[in-house]
Amino acid sequence: MAVNTARQDELMREVPKRETLFRLYRYLFDYKKELAAVGGLLAVTLSITLATPLAIELAVDQYVANEDIAGLLTLGAAALALFFVYAFCTRQWMMLMAEVTNKVLLTIRSQLYSHLQTLSFHFYDSRPTGKILARVVGDPNSLKDVLSDSVTKLIPDLLTIAGVSVIMLVKNWQLALAALLTLPVLCGGMFVIQSAAHRRWQVHRKKNSNLNAFIHEDFSGIRIVQSFAAEPEKTEDFRRCAKEYRDSYVRAVRIGDLFGPLVEITWGVGGFLLYFIGIRIVGADKIGVGTFLAFSTYLGMFWSPIRNLASFYNKLVTNISAAERIFDILDTPAEITDREGSRDLPAVKGDVSFSHVDFAYTDEPDKLVLKDVNFSVKAGETIALVGPTGAGKTTIVNLISRFYDVTSGSVCIDGQDIREVTMESLRRQMGVMTQDTFLFTGTIRENICYGKADAAEEEMIAAAKAVNAHDFIMEMEDGYDTKISERSAQLSIGQRQLLAFARTMVSDPRILILDEATSSIDTHTELLVQSGIEAMLKNRTSFIIAHRLSTIRSADRIFYIDGQNIVEEGSHSELMAKHGAYYRLYQSQFLEA
Amino acid sequence: MKKLGVYMRRYWGLYLFGFAGMVISIVLDMMSPQITKRIIDDVIIGGKTHLLTGLLLGLLGIGIGRGIFQYMKEFSYDYIGVSVGYHIRRDLFGHIQSMPMRFFDKHNTGELMTRVKDDTDKVWVAVGFIGILAVEAVTHTILVLIFMLRLNPLLTLIPVVLLPLIGVCALRMERSLGEVYDELSEETAEINTVAQECFAGVRTVKAFARETYEIEKFGRHNRQFCGLNMKQAELVAKYQPLISLIGKVMLISVIVAGGAMVISGQMTLGDLGAFSEYANNVIWPMEIVGWLSNDIASAFASWKKMKKVAAEQPEITGPAQCGPPDHVCGDIRFEHVGFTLNGSEILRDINFHLEPGKTLGIMGMTGAGKSTIVNLLQRFYDVTEGRILLDGRDIREIPLEQLRSSMAVVMQDVFLFSDSVSENIKTGRRDTISQDTVEWAAGRAGAAGFIDRLAQRYDTVIGERGVGLSGGQKQRISIARAIAKRAPVLILDDATSALDMETEQMIQKNLREMQESGKIIIGHRISAVRNADEIIILDGNTVAERGTHEELMQRKGRYYKTWCVQYEGGEAAWQ
Repeated sequence: MAVNTARQDELMREVPKRETLFRLYRYLFDYKKELAAVGGLLAVTLSITLATPLAIELAVDQYVANEDIAGLLTLGAAALALFFVYAFCTRQWMMLMAEVTNKVLLTIRSQLYSHLQTLSFHFYDSRPTGKILARVVGDPNSLKDVLSDSVTKLIPDLLTIAGVSVIMLVKNWQLALAALLTLPVLCGGMFVIQSAAHRRWQVHRKKNSNLNAFIHEDFSGIRIVQSFAAEPEKTEDFRRCAKEYRDSYVRAVRIGDLFGPLVEITWGVGGFLLYFIGIRIVGADKIGVGTFLAFSTYLGMFWSPIRNLASFYNKLVTNISAAERIFDILDTPAEITDREGSRDLPAVKGDVSFSHVDFAYTDEPDKLVLKDVNFSVKAGETIALVGPTGAGKTTIVNLISRFYDVTSGSVCIDGQDIREVTMESLRRQMGVMTQDTFLFTGTIRENICYGKADAAEEEMIAAAKAVNAHDFIMEMEDGYDTKISERSAQLSIGQRQLLAFARTMVSDPRILILDEATSSIDTHTELLVQSGIEAMLKNRTSFIIAHRLSTIRSADRIFYIDGQNIVEEGSHSELMAKHGAYYRLYQSQFLEA
Repeated sequence: MKKLGVYMRRYWGLYLFGFAGMVISIVLDMMSPQITKRIIDDVIIGGKTHLLTGLLLGLLGIGIGRGIFQYMKEFSYDYIGVSVGYHIRRDLFGHIQSMPMRFFDKHNTGELMTRVKDDTDKVWVAVGFIGILAVEAVTHTILVLIFMLRLNPLLTLIPVVLLPLIGVCALRMERSLGEVYDELSEETAEINTVAQECFAGVRTVKAFARETYEIEKFGRHNRQFCGLNMKQAELVAKYQPLISLIGKVMLISVIVAGGAMVISGQMTLGDLGAFSEYANNVIWPMEIVGWLSNDIASAFASWKKMKKVAAEQPEITGPAQCGPPDHVCGDIRFEHVGFTLNGSEILRDINFHLEPGKTLGIMGMTGAGKSTIVNLLQRFYDVTEGRILLDGRDIREIPLEQLRSSMAVVMQDVFLFSDSVSENIKTGRRDTISQDTVEWAAGRAGAAGFIDRLAQRYDTVIGERGVGLSGGQKQRISIARAIAKRAPVLILDDATSALDMETEQMIQKNLREMQESGKIIIGHRISAVRNADEIIILDGNTVAERGTHEELMQRKGRYYKTWCVQYEGGEAAWQ
């Protein structure tokens, strides 16, 4: 399996920027009404902003020149009133827009999360958890500004530029053209800068993800780090990750920071051209002082939105790679999904059969893990899977719960191909206990009832008692309501395994899969648990992977798995009589004793 | 972690450099209206056309100069920000990594990640870009005021009266936003934790078909996060328009009052033009004041959280390592050791003595405290009673690194890093363990066979926590990792539970041959401990039985009963 580590950058499909951008904006379009309202409010505030220099020009050229104090005061009062309208409208659109952006982010994040739930183990196994986290939490956050600025800055700025251009052109087209002459240069420059910067920002986001992965892994494995006194080398690795993160940022801003200067310089040239052409070529006398004054204001009004646009563009280029990374996940197909028209699996009796099952992981299609496996198990049977580690025991049980799909052949439960039923109905009736028990942060009660949230108190306690966990739970501070956390030292590994056992019992599965489920439990406790397990196994089909012969011997049938297939099968006494692989395994244990 | 100022001081030269760029760029900005004024007053109205070329070149020069100096400013501050962030992150990470287990029991990975990653990023923005923008806004405003004062002191009264109002608004906004950001930072940690658990426990989630439940759980936090963001937006929407209103009122007041002064002959028209342009110039700092307060509030909230984590002192520290580490023989003695965690007693009066090269076996009930003995020995926790001696020295007097280097532990829950097989085996001794040692250790741990079958053998990258490998394979790599360390004491905490019998016996035989290391073997299987020089059985938080295999068999106590369950039945069936 190709695995990505904290040290390596992720590989991603190349998608045209425009496509990513449109896809991002499609989320905004779900809020047409709100956006229309924002647009209306922006139009009001924008016209007030645009009218301000006109009012100033009027005040200076008309009232001041004519020494009309009353007129000046009236104008001032009118402007004041307009500014209040402005403040009110600004407030409204800010609220509306914040609502839209936050909702879009909410949607994106929950889509991402829901989609991630459908992805196979293969997806999770091939990259560090920290990198997946970076995409769900960090990446959407960085889209916030881009989304809201796209409406509240981009549109008004474009409109301002258009509006100011029109006003300038109407007032004096020669002066206007002079001022606008530098625009093409600006656009060309921006294009060059962004294409260089975009690539660098992509690298930066990958380094960001690496750093996230590294931090996550180091803190998750802190016991190993400290136990092996590996702090110095982990710190060194961290430094490298953090330094690459920093350096990639510096590399990106080295180019990205050119946006501002480019605008400043073209602005300067624009001003130069305005006065040069206005005075030398057109002639100052043909243009009024007021017009020149207004134009110098307009020039500012024209260039500051361009400056904003440049910085928006910069932000866009910076963050579009976050959107790319989000869509990359959304576009990862779920390998295992409910088929079109799949039905719920009715209450399971418990017949399980494999016919001609081949299995290979998708990224190593040539390397068969299982080859032509055939067996059928009747309802209520207990099957023990034995064999050397890595022979494919866990793979077989993974196929039964459809954690992976078979490469060819089929797996049937009660004669029904499991690919034709919904996964939820299948897995709900299946109880899987793996060797690494995972408990969630929360109370013990929540953990035991994880598979069946509406379980009654008695059910929960009965399950806990059956696995001999009730006593130690009651000894804890708050009994079943004791909070447990990720690594909390309150519980030993064995106790965690007991809780996981109780969790499986409560969910009352029809088919039970125990993969080394009692490996961390001592013999004495196991004996106590045994009767609980036996009660649970009764009338249920079960598959048990275990190394302890006492557990294996009590199974109805034993499958000895080696070399991609079942090499021996039968009851304990049958297999012993055969003097084959199982016999040798048993003997090695016996001779030791 | 140090004070923020200490991190910033390191870059004072660059700060100064950027600051110079900023001041020059602002001054050039200020000169621009002066030139406009002269073009209008002298060239257009006054008709002195010979001045035009010089003035125009000045205008051009200002544009180019601003471009250059702005770049100088922006790049320096971006560079400073990210570098300060780098140093803070490094220190915080180092600090967290050195914390004892109690700390990690309390803080989830998701939360710690938020502190080192997201929170640091926010502070970085504040010490770089945003901080500078704030300084620039203030400098700019002050400079504009000075220029205004020179033009017309009386008219300057208007901004002088209005500006403090803006300051008050900004301060209030910052304060109330600070509270929201405090909550937001907490919520980010929560979201991180929920998502992280779901991804790490994806097998459990899928096995119980609880995807919908997890989606809802995440949805709750997601909505809460969204709600807090809305609260933040409301505050910004409350203050920001108010601030920009004050700015606009200032502009129009200047025009009206200035107009009146021109009419009464106290001021020229050109002066008014320039003055209104200056007034226009203080509009943008006003516009960004809200935005700045927002980001600064957010950075402060994050900094507070980080400081809180940094302020937690590791209660477990060893003396500093002075001189080369002494040779450790591996003589371990527990003297009346007791341990109580969160009010509940876990171990009581534990005594044993492990001589160098000997083997101690530990068995006991689930939850009896077997792993705690290992935790105490490695000082993940400190004993609450009695003491532990290594080579006759209390382990609290031995430098932590030396203590932990002198023992190699195979833990019960296997944790492997997403890295190559050989890097995993070399953990902790990356620079000193040779490839030969790696392969030798893998051979001892019975891992060489399957590693050789991997696509890139020892360079094969394994996933986080060793996904892609079977439980037994992971366990063998973690055993190899401990063996490769060649420490005086080797500790196996239920380390062979996922192995089949044959492999387990092979490894046990190999371990027995490693005479130079003392061993502590914790196990549930008699076969794992029976050859130990002493076996202790824990029950009820203390030692219930002790002795060699033969002695314990004779006692017919707990050990004997366990033996019966594990072997008696088997033997009978065999015969």
